[in-house]
Formats: sequence, C-alpha cells, structure tokens
Amino acid sequence: MIATSSTAARLSQLRDEGRPALVGYLPVGFPSVEASVEAVTAMVDAGVDVVELGVPYTDPVMDGPVIQQAAERALAAGARVADVFRVVEALRSHAPHVPVLVMSYWNPVLRHGVGMFARDLAAAGGAGLITPDLIPDEAAAWVAASDEHGLDRVFLVAPSSTTERLRLTANASRGFVYAASTMGVTGARSQVGAAAERLVADTREAGAEHVCVGLGVSDGEQAAQVGAFADGVIVGSALVRTLLDDAVPWVARLDTLQTVTADLAAGVARAHEES
Amino acid sequence: MNSQNPDAPVSEALSSTLAHQVLGRLDDAAGTRLADQQGPYFGQFGGRFVPEALVAALDELETEYRKALEDPQFRQELARLQREYTGRPSPLTEVPRFAQHAGGQRVFLKREDLNHTGSHKINNVLGQALLVKRMGKTRVIAETGAGQHGVATATAAALLDLECVVYMGEEDTRRQALNVARMRLLGATVVPVQIGSRTLKDAINEALRDWVANVETTHYLLGTVTGPHPFPEMVREFHRVIGEEAREQVLERVGRLPDVVAACVGGGSNALGIFNAFLDDPDVALYGFEAGGEGVDSGRHAARFSGGAPGVLHGARSYLLQDEDGQTLPSHSVSAGLDYPSVGPAHSWLHDLGRATYRPVTDDEAMEAFRLLCRTEGIIPAIESAHALAGAIQVGRELREAGETQKVIVVNLSGRGDKDVATAARWFDLLDAPADDTAGETAEGDR
Repeated sequence: MIATSSTAARLSQLRDEGRPALVGYLPVGFPSVEASVEAVTAMVDAGVDVVELGVPYTDPVMDGPVIQQAAERALAAGARVADVFRVVEALRSHAPHVPVLVMSYWNPVLRHGVGMFARDLAAAGGAGLITPDLIPDEAAAWVAASDEHGLDRVFLVAPSSTTERLRLTANASRGFVYAASTMGVTGARSQVGAAAERLVADTREAGAEHVCVGLGVSDGEQAAQVGAFADGVIVGSALVRTLLDDAVPWVARLDTLQTVTADLAAGVARAHEES
Repeated sequence: MNSQNPDAPVSEALSSTLAHQVLGRLDDAAGTRLADQQGPYFGQFGGRFVPEALVAALDELETEYRKALEDPQFRQELARLQREYTGRPSPLTEVPRFAQHAGGQRVFLKREDLNHTGSHKINNVLGQALLVKRMGKTRVIAETGAGQHGVATATAAALLDLECVVYMGEEDTRRQALNVARMRLLGATVVPVQIGSRTLKDAINEALRDWVANVETTHYLLGTVTGPHPFPEMVREFHRVIGEEAREQVLERVGRLPDVVAACVGGGSNALGIFNAFLDDPDVALYGFEAGGEGVDSGRHAARFSGGAPGVLHGARSYLLQDEDGQTLPSHSVSAGLDYPSVGPAHSWLHDLGRATYRPVTDDEAMEAFRLLCRTEGIIPAIESAHALAGAIQVGRELREAGETQKVIVVNLSGRGDKDVATAARWFDLLDAPADDTAGETAEGDR
C-alpha cells in the first residue's frame, strides 16, 4: 500500500475501541442536491462512522428497487456528477473526522476522466471510491490515479469469488474490501447469509486488513450480527427507504432516517458484546 | 481516429486500399486473422466491466465454451440442430428486380429470415443452450426488445427442457404483444420491466440483476455480441456460420468474392456473423447500417458511431450514446431491434481500424426499402434488415455514379417482417378499418 488511508485509520481506531464501523450510504441529489446534504449530515449526526455517497446513474445493475428509484428521481431532478464533489466538501467541513467515500458505477467516472475524477475527489476532501462494476482486472487507470492522489479504492468480493480472486482484490484494494453478503443486488433482507461470515474470514486470509460487509442489512439486530465478524457494516437501502415517501414532510423523513441510523449505530456498538 | 469516413465515396472503399493497409498492418503486428480475434479485448474495446459476483460465472462460461468448440460431439450436435431444426444452410437469393433500384448492381440476400423462429437469433441461442446443458444449469434468462431473441430463447428452452424467463421493457411488451404471447405459448415467463426507460436497455439491467442473484443455477443467454467477455466473442462464433455459408454460396454462384457485404447493426450479431468470413479479404467492402431514427441531428436515433463516444455499458467498453456526465441517453428507432444505445465492441474495433464502414439509415429510408423489397421480390423483411437494404440501395447508387455496375452486393436479410406488419400497416396507412386507438400501442413505430 502506497498511500495511507484515512478510512483504514478510522476502521483501526474503532477496532481498538472494540466495535465495528457503521458505513451509511445515501445518493447525491436525491431529492435535490441541497436536501441530500441535509440527509447525509443528519445521518452522520445520528451515528454513522463512514459515509458512502452514491453518484446517481441511469443503469445501476448492482442496485435493487429502492436505490434505483432514488437514483432515477435524482437524475430527473437534475443531479450532475460534479455535484458529488460539492456534497463531499460540505460533509468534510461539517464532520472532518468522518471519511467520505464515493460510490460510482464506472461510466460516469470514465466520462469525467479517471485522472480528473481522482483529482477533483481528492481536492474536495474525499477518501476514495467504491466501484461496484469495476473489477481490479480492468482498473489499471484507476489504480494509477488513486495512487497519485492518495485515494482509497474499494473493490468488491462476493461469495462466488475464488481464492485467487480474493487475493487479487485484497491486494488491489485500499481502505477496506467490500464483501457482498449474498449473491444479489442491494436491498434490505430479513436474513444476511451465513456465507458472509465465511467470506470475511476468507478475504482476511487472502490478505485484506479491513473487510466491511454490505447488502441486506436493515436494522440494529442484523448490524450487531454482521458487526460481530466484520470491520464495518454497510447499510444503504434501509436508509434510502426512509426518504422515498413524498407524502411525508421532509423533516419527518429526516427524523425517521436518524431513528433508523441510531438503531443501526446501537447495533454496531453492541456487536462484540453479543459475539 | 483513423476510421473510415462514412461519407467517403464508395469507390474508395471498394478499391479497398484502406482495407489493404489495415490488414497489412495487422499481419505485420500480430499475424492473427481479424476473424479469429479473441476476447476479452477488441483493440481498446470490450473487457469485463461487471460486478465481481459475475466473474466466476463468466470464467466458467468461457472455459466451457472453449472446451465445447474443441469437442467434436458438441460441434456435431450443434450442426445437426442447425440442419434439422433451424433449416440451415439458409439460401442465398438473387433479387434482380430489387437490384434495379440499387444502381444496377447484382444484389443477393442471405436468407436468415427463413430460419426457424424467423431470424438469425436462433444460431446463437442453440449454441448457448447446448452450453447450458453442458454446464448443468437448469434455468435461462434473456432480454428482448422486439421479441425476436426472446422468442428464439423460449424456443430453445422448450426444445432442451430449460426453465426460461424473458425480461422485456414494459413499453416493448405493449408494442410487441403478439411476441409476448408467442413466448408464453412456448412455456416462457415474460417479465415486463417497469423501471428506467422501460425498453431493451432496462430489460438487460434487470436480467443482469437476476443473474447476479441466481448465477448458480442460471445462465444469462445474452442475445447479441455485446456484454462482458466472453459474450462478444462467443456470440460471434455461433453466428459465423452465416458468413461462412454466404462466402461459399457466392463463390459458387458468381465465381468470386462479393464486392460489398451489408448488414444492419443494433448490438451487431447478424452483422458480425456475416462480416466475419470476409474480414480478412481486403477486396470486400463491409458496411454496417445503424438506426438513424429521425436523423442524427434530431437527437432521436441509435447511431452510436455518428452520435456517440466510447464508454462502458452492460459490461463492455464500446461506442455509446451518452451525455457529458456518462449517463446513458435514450435511443430511438422505428425498429425495436436496433434501438439500443451501445454496440458490440468488435464493431467499435472494426470502425476504428477502418475495416468496416458504419452509416446511419433513417426510419424513412428503411421503411421505403422495406416497401420496395415487398413489392419487387415478394419478401417481407424485418424492419431491422430493411436498414441494410436501404444501405445497399445507397451504396449501389454511389457505385453507379462512380461508373460501376454489376458489382456484387450481399445483404444479410437477418429476419422476416411478420412481427412488423402492424407497424408497416400504420406507417403506410394500409388499414381500411376506421382508425383504432389501440393500433398505435401494439405497433413499435412510434418510438
């Protein structure tokens, strides 16, 4: 690892404190850019340790219906890729201790220019990038750009990944490795598969220092279960869902977002007690 | 970019100095025939831009496909099905009355429309379905726009006893209601996709999501030469029979290679299938015709080469209709089968190499060629294939202007037009009955 990672440092610090991190996802620009800043800020204030900011994209093949809907509405409301840098900046000044990662499908990054995206993200104070449809095999340009700008690059592993691919991905990643708990797309599930625990162990065995688990976690109970074996618990759809209903006043939606976040935060806080 | 100028005089393409240069350069460099190019990359295009969860399945598919190609038993079984089930070889039909409108050249049609299920799609579907059996999977999923690939997949699934789910944009299920019924008759489940633009692109997204979740039992039977490696190479392999037959047939009939080979290009599987046998013959000019819709300047088209730029969609890097943020732009064509914002990476490679020329054909031009083939030859083509016919007319006339006649033009007639009768009836105002409000919704012409 060439650069030091603020995300890895934060995960290590939390590990020393005896708990895993809560990583919270929200899309930029939903329902508007300004409102998305309010939502992410509220989520941070309610106990998220690491932020994952989604870039809305027309063809999000790794996302289930909740995040698809939010992305579609963000785009319809005029969200632009460059908005993500503004939101990163706003968050960094609100909570300097919270690492902010961006999650983007590859084409918006490619179109912006890989080097330019890295430069703009670093300038905004972003910690790095999560790439759901970019595997290390295709990532030479991104590896070079992220090295140059000292950014994390979070690649994914899945229960179907072979040992060889776990090694490849663990080696290529910086910050943490994102372990997909089940075979599938984002969305709350009543159970997070037993495959997740094995995958985390195998990914560590393959050389990853930090492994966070995403896909399917929706409440504090699940967060505690997953947090017992992972360095971080990544939650997306369960948070986004609190913001979708336009019939509910925006402040009430923010309240629900904070309630759900606090429940998840309490879950990770007790994760090691239950194990 | 060293691509051929689509507006360059056709005589220049025909003299093929460019093609000679391209092939000479490649021979020096690698010694590989263009026709045998293997994935994952076609020049700077192709690759595997997919979630990690799919990589194991793609690796398994590639391994099994390479083994199968080497396995005489697999090849024999595929050849038997092509002969006895599909009805291959498909004929090569000379169309002299149509050719009078194409500058007095000699025009031959490669009759993929006469295949079982009515298009070239069955070639790929049978190949992949046999692979599915070899891999021990029990379920296939597919995307479809107009329904041609969905029908072909449902057909192969019935034949080989596989569970079949077809994803189709809700808009398309309405426009192609009869094909939905055909798929259901064949035992398939048709899932209308209700997100995004509700067309082919979104059907592919939904199929990919299904595949990620069910990859252990399920094969994604992708219908064209797009997608992550090994699909672009593998689908080309299953379609190369089109060009191989055409090459042999034209040699037998005219005693020499054709001067021009023309095909329509949506994803590009029928075009690559027929181009492939001629890629390494520098004297054969290759033309791909994409959907110009209402005109490239109108913004309502699917002309990736005239109106797009390289980008990543559905697992591959290729020319793509996208905005300045890299968001996919909606495409438009009177033909649902050409209405897709990206194109197979091998075509992007051939485009940038200058080995093939890609031009847009508008809805109007395609429909005029559609009508012309019906009237002059008694053949109702698919509207997709009508784009290739319109292109052949243009090229034939340009040749005559350059003083050339009796040049041999082979057009890949990729599909038959039964599915398009409602659209054509509306387009040409052929129905005697009073205007029916629902007619517009069952046709695909108002996209």
